Amino acid sequence: MSNNPQFIELKSVVDQEEHDFADMQQRHFKARAKMSLENETLRKSFRGASDFLMGKRKAVFPDSTELEALRDRGEAARQRSLSKLPDLLEQLEQSLTDNGVHVHWAENAEQANDVIHKILERRNARTVVKGKSMVSEEIELNHYLEERGIECLESDMGEYLVQLGKETPSHIIMPAIHKNKQQIARLMHTRATTPDGEPVPYSEDVDDLIGNARAILREKFRTADAGISGVNMAIAETGTLLLVENEGNGRMCTTVPPVHIAVTGIEKVVEKLTDVPELLTLLPRSATGQIITTYVNMISGARKEGELDGPEEVHLVLLDNGRSRMFNHPELKQTLQCIRCGACMNHCPVYARVGGHAYGSTYPGPIGQVVTPQLSSAGGLAQNGDMINACSLNGACGEACPVRIPLPDLIRNLRAEAVKPIRQIEKEGERVPGAGSQRSFSEAMIWKGWSTVHKVPFLYRFSMGTLATGRALMPSKLAPWTNTRSMPKPAAKNLHQLAKAAGIPDQPED
Amino acid sequence: MSQSSQVSGESGRSYPAKPQQVYLLGTCLVDSFYPQAGMDAIEVIRAQGVEVIFPQSQTCCGQPAYNSGFDDEARAVARQQLKAFEKDIPVVVMMGSCAGMVHQEYPDLFAGQPEEAAANALAARTYEFTEFLVSVLNVSLEDKGQTTKAALHTSCSARRGMKVAEQHKALLGGLSGVQVVEPERVTECCGFGGTFAVKQADISAAMADDKARYMAATGADVIVSADCGCLMNIGGTLDELSRKGKCQSIPTEHIASFVRHRLEGVEGTKEGQS
Repeated sequence: MSNNPQFIELKSVVDQEEHDFADMQQRHFKARAKMSLENETLRKSFRGASDFLMGKRKAVFPDSTELEALRDRGEAARQRSLSKLPDLLEQLEQSLTDNGVHVHWAENAEQANDVIHKILERRNARTVVKGKSMVSEEIELNHYLEERGIECLESDMGEYLVQLGKETPSHIIMPAIHKNKQQIARLMHTRATTPDGEPVPYSEDVDDLIGNARAILREKFRTADAGISGVNMAIAETGTLLLVENEGNGRMCTTVPPVHIAVTGIEKVVEKLTDVPELLTLLPRSATGQIITTYVNMISGARKEGELDGPEEVHLVLLDNGRSRMFNHPELKQTLQCIRCGACMNHCPVYARVGGHAYGSTYPGPIGQVVTPQLSSAGGLAQNGDMINACSLNGACGEACPVRIPLPDLIRNLRAEAVKPIRQIEKEGERVPGAGSQRSFSEAMIWKGWSTVHKVPFLYRFSMGTLATGRALMPSKLAPWTNTRSMPKPAAKNLHQLAKAAGIPDQPED
Repeated sequence: MSQSSQVSGESGRSYPAKPQQVYLLGTCLVDSFYPQAGMDAIEVIRAQGVEVIFPQSQTCCGQPAYNSGFDDEARAVARQQLKAFEKDIPVVVMMGSCAGMVHQEYPDLFAGQPEEAAANALAARTYEFTEFLVSVLNVSLEDKGQTTKAALHTSCSARRGMKVAEQHKALLGGLSGVQVVEPERVTECCGFGGTFAVKQADISAAMADDKARYMAATGADVIVSADCGCLMNIGGTLDELSRKGKCQSIPTEHIASFVRHRLEGVEGTKEGQS
């Protein structure tokens, strides 16, 4: 079958797509955005996904008063937990330890990867099945383990496809949302093999595609040496790890293999079991428009004596990777309220145009723009300066966020951090990695000049007058504005002049 | 200022009774590119029996620098507006975006500064143009114009910042000869975003292109908005698309000019375009 000309042709398309992805990731943000904008298939996938997901969310929150009340409660629940974060983390460690779960702390990606690798090594694990975990993407765990001879298989359908295509997720909830049915059919046919070692038959039928992946994954779940998953909430009071999912793969990963390793960011802790309903009401509704996910797993320990199933060992790796620095920033602390639902990207008009890969980061879209520069492993503002400018501050993300993270304010705040003068950073300390790195002498001079003119009314009126007088001399092309737009021309007389001439009072009478 | 208990719309603000006089904050874009809209706003407000004061010492709200992260430079300019609009008189702002800067961002910008109290006070008595007409003045307008179809564009800052989308609609809805139409994906950003349009020009252009096409598809006679950045962006893109034969151009008008023309029964002018 693999010599069949149709197979060869399809394979070359898939290989080309892999090549294009790798090529795109080599480039800077602006080039990646441009490539995405010019890719019609991609534009269609993201536009369709955004419309679909916005529609689903709207349908599940029919009453706006109720929605706002739910958001208030969600925000309060997250803020309550964050206000006691250090204490809750200690409590969580104690409760989990009491339940027989091993707790590990990792300051950065390297430490997290190392901890996980050591557990697997001790157990002689060669194969790992993974449930969807964005934190494992953040630390590039698959890459780390594969370099050390451990096979990691993604078992979430979207993640599985992204792994087959040698790409990264383009959305935190729907990793393969950038691919259409034909692309997925080609990928499955040319890259996946059935348990009998044959290529998966070509089909664009969704049930066939899922069925084929299911047949492959079943065997892997049964034989894997370990399972790795993420965590949606870690409950301090009871030592419970809560994991939501729709495919059952999360339950398989966390119950079938003899070892289960969960990895999560330190911000995911909540105090009490009673905090769960507040947040679980919001999470699936905001993410996929579901009232509840098909599976809600609550893991409170390994298999106990006399029990028939469940893993022999359960571990939790708690990752910092910049989160405690976020915790200490007066405004950017709110980043940690995030429950990773993806509603901000679903509602972002920039994300809808460029898609997740353009951001070049684990977390794309508005929350990605806020969180990425603050992660210890992502190169800070120095490497993500363009990303924070890719926002029109239209506010759609802030309006959609179920826990009221003021995302537009935080993006603006990061811009201020990025262009902060050195002397101020010396005084305050570097509150975001790469603070001040985007400050260019020329831009600083432009704003300084602008400020001087606009803070002195006389200078302002004089310069506006000059602008109006010189309007005939205005260039008719002023790229980049005029590449796609006509050039606006200033009026002959400005409003200051018109108002004065019309005798409009300048000051109220006392 | 006398406070009435009137609460209106999504903003949840309580609005004062009709004042005797107001300040007009023209905004720097209106000043240079849409000055007639500024005069039209003054006339529309005066026709309601409210005196309008236009401080000659006003410049710009400071938003361009603020949104670029240059807080000190923005503050220096904003400080001048605190002086220009010093007296305890309501301030009417010609654009949603600049109204949002004063009403929502000044308190943050001046937090811990000597001018904190003055900034908070100014923020509290600042209203967007349509918000002032609809929620403070409760205007009832006599439309003398020909029947027309107007596509309404509510800027993101008017919609989500000031939360005055309802007032935009109500103002135009009160004009008997105007059929208000909304484009597809009405709540989506047009792609202007101030310096965003220059710093991320490709993305901005893609957004503007979509918005312009949705606008063209409404078949409206005019596009009306209270934000000049959006008008320049949408109108400029439509001009360029129609020049290339891709769709019909539609004239754009600031909502103040549109309203004045309706009240006087005259044709609109196309301000701000080349």
